[in-house]
Amino acid sequence: MTTTDFQTATLFRFATAGSVDDGKSTLVGRLLHDSKSILADQLEAVTRTSAERGFGGSASGRGQGQQIDLALLTDGLRAEREQGITIDVAYRYFATEKRSFILADCPGHVQYTKNTVTGASTADAVVVLIDARKGVLEQTRRHLAVARLLRVPHIVAAVNKIDLVKFSEAVFRDVEEQLLRAAAELGLPDVRVVPVSALEGDNVVELSARTPWYTGPALLEVLETLPAVDELETELEAFRFPVQSVIRPQGALAPGLDPEAFRDYRGYAGQLASGVVRVGDSVTVLGSAAGTQITTSVAGIDFAGTSLPQASAPQSVVLRLSDDIDISRGDLLVETGTFAAASQDLHASLCWLSPKPLCEGAKVLIKHGSRTVQGLVRSITGRLDLASFSEGPAADLGLNDIGTVQIRLASALPVEDYERHRRTGAFLVIDPVDGNTLAAGIANSVPDGEGEPRGG
Amino acid sequence: MNTAYLTEDRPPVGAPTTAASAPRAALSSLDALESEAIHIIREVVAEFERPALLFSGGKDSVLMLHLATKAFWPAKVPFPVLHVDTGHNFPEVLEFRDRTVERLGLCLVVGSVQEFIDRGELSERADGTRNPLQTVPLLDAISRHRFDAVFGGGRRDEDKARAKERILSLRDEFGQWDPRNQRPELWNLYNGRHTVGQHVRAFPISNWTELDVWRYIEREGIELPGLYYAHEREVFRRDGMWRAVGEVSQPRDSEEVLTRTVRYRTVGDMSCTGAVESAAATAHDVVIEVAASTLTERGATRADDRISEAAMEDRKKDGYF
Ligand SMILES: Nc1nc2c(ncn2[C@@H]2O[C@H](COP(=O)(O)OP(=O)(O)OP(=O)(O)O)[C@@H](O)[C@H]2O)c(=O)[nH]1
Ligand SMILES: [Mg+2]
Repeated sequence: MTTTDFQTATLFRFATAGSVDDGKSTLVGRLLHDSKSILADQLEAVTRTSAERGFGGSASGRGQGQQIDLALLTDGLRAEREQGITIDVAYRYFATEKRSFILADCPGHVQYTKNTVTGASTADAVVVLIDARKGVLEQTRRHLAVARLLRVPHIVAAVNKIDLVKFSEAVFRDVEEQLLRAAAELGLPDVRVVPVSALEGDNVVELSARTPWYTGPALLEVLETLPAVDELETELEAFRFPVQSVIRPQGALAPGLDPEAFRDYRGYAGQLASGVVRVGDSVTVLGSAAGTQITTSVAGIDFAGTSLPQASAPQSVVLRLSDDIDISRGDLLVETGTFAAASQDLHASLCWLSPKPLCEGAKVLIKHGSRTVQGLVRSITGRLDLASFSEGPAADLGLNDIGTVQIRLASALPVEDYERHRRTGAFLVIDPVDGNTLAAGIANSVPDGEGEPRGG
Repeated sequence: MNTAYLTEDRPPVGAPTTAASAPRAALSSLDALESEAIHIIREVVAEFERPALLFSGGKDSVLMLHLATKAFWPAKVPFPVLHVDTGHNFPEVLEFRDRTVERLGLCLVVGSVQEFIDRGELSERADGTRNPLQTVPLLDAISRHRFDAVFGGGRRDEDKARAKERILSLRDEFGQWDPRNQRPELWNLYNGRHTVGQHVRAFPISNWTELDVWRYIEREGIELPGLYYAHEREVFRRDGMWRAVGEVSQPRDSEEVLTRTVRYRTVGDMSCTGAVESAAATAHDVVIEVAASTLTERGATRADDRISEAAMEDRKKDGYF
């Protein structure tokens, strides 16, 4: 294990994506193996299983780890090992001198797209694998579209199995071209392309001598240097704080505290969704009671017995306010003057994750921040066509479709444009009958002159 | 050709910020993990009617309880703790458990494996291990107390089946986990909806590694049962591990009893948890030891996970932690 400076090391989350069998799990195994993050007993177990399954007949015999099926390091479920595919996301952890990584190895199979969306939703970067022999496939395009929808800040494309195309630059350039074209069609901002062999290790942790025409950094170096979401966004964004609960310790004070000192204590527990808050800042409470907006200021920021001068996303803290206002779970505190109004009309894109199709007129639950309200799907306004990345008309949304909808809410929610406010623009669509999550929801800004005015 | 490098006009990652009013540096990874865990704990408490926290006195459950005290300060932890007692406990861990519950003013619920064995509802396994027997008393306690959410200290780095589990994990009427049909879990929006009879297991420290846990224990000065630190103990060698000599773990004739300086990396059923030779006497020593370790904590010290390739997955499917 590498020595990481834990005082300063930051957390970086990335997810794999790409079509089935393009080598995602093998790549993850390779990253873990070559960054020395696999411990002896794990390696022994995987080596044993690889041998039992007859893995390791591969020809070139180059490099260590060649004789083991690296995918077994993450494909941990019985069914996955039997079928040789990934079914659900595996989370793995490793650290280098620069960073601690949370790695989500996602499935490529179209049936399990919901799990890939799960892995990508919290990612700072998505590593899209492409088999050099196959190029960009429909499933690659689907995952790129998901990454775009979720506004994953960085896309890294790994053109894999470069060993199987004799390390050919021409093949790489061709795939790179296909990829950058798709990315441009989608408007993906930041895409880097690296030729790799997950199986043999080329350009994964170390640069390979077998691709002298590639002058960029190895994949791990790319991942070490990309800025994480919080590093990118927080400084720029206004303060947002969904209230999780009200802390009033009367009668249930933590042992050892002075009851006198906390007699009138009232604080609001939550995690900053974005921005920074300082003691004395003016904040506005967007109440769940229809359209209420009250302005007050921050009297104190508490965290487990310590008073802080300021807090920034994604810290969890307790805020005290100067005025005695009726605030409860579900309310949103925002920096005064940075928010228009909550709205009962939601214009959104959905990534539909349920086999049960969505039809117009459906009643659903919308979970946003710390609130859940009823919603009525008024219209389905389009569906993304993966071949052209353009939106066509649709009467319903089926499993894995990405589409746009208009939803009428039973009460107003302070939903913001996801493009600018990732945390307050995201919501879940939930089945009111069985409680299952049906879709990932992404709020879009209302085009000028459409919908109802947002003022309140 | 490699397109826009969005980052070039930004300050380098981790660049020092000066005054308190400067925008901010990113949270350290430990702070980020702490904040995530507290957010999860608060969500579950807000959305469920009867949560409980699994508390064994082991380091992960102690850590989780510590996070819960921070989440609700200055209020006390607003839920009971639940211990599934195998009857094969290290006495000092039970003592620690009771002292912690007392100190924090909590209510303790105990589910006893021994009582189930005495009533003939569970039978002792041939290998004497009781960890796998915890499932039945656990589910019994959950249904008897009508707990709808149970916090567990499971971490994804512990095992390849745990690596696959959601932070909020839905369990059916039989407590079963269905790894092939997990709910999507998007952003930090946790969907805890469940029907009558179902409950949810919540894993707030899913994303912590063993090293994170120890660094945090060191940083926060969290007290643990003494057997996590180096001490002398009478032990014997079995299955490549040091086993403590005790009421439920007696050496066979062929197994020589020795005195060694050891510590435990996990604390479970005394009959299947092994110790490692170690001189690490403080949390700081343990951080250094864990960082240099070549074995995972379960690989080094848990006989129950060696039973089969998919031991943990099978136990989880049946309703285990
Ligand atoms: N020659 C060669 N084979 C590779 C490479 N990477 C992966 N493979 C092989 O491709 C097959 C599929 O690899 P996986 O890593 O399981 O693919 P995956 O993308 O994780 O598949 P799913 O998760 O099921 O979508 C395995 O047989 C790998 O050994 C590579 O760089 N070169
Ligand atoms: Mg895979």
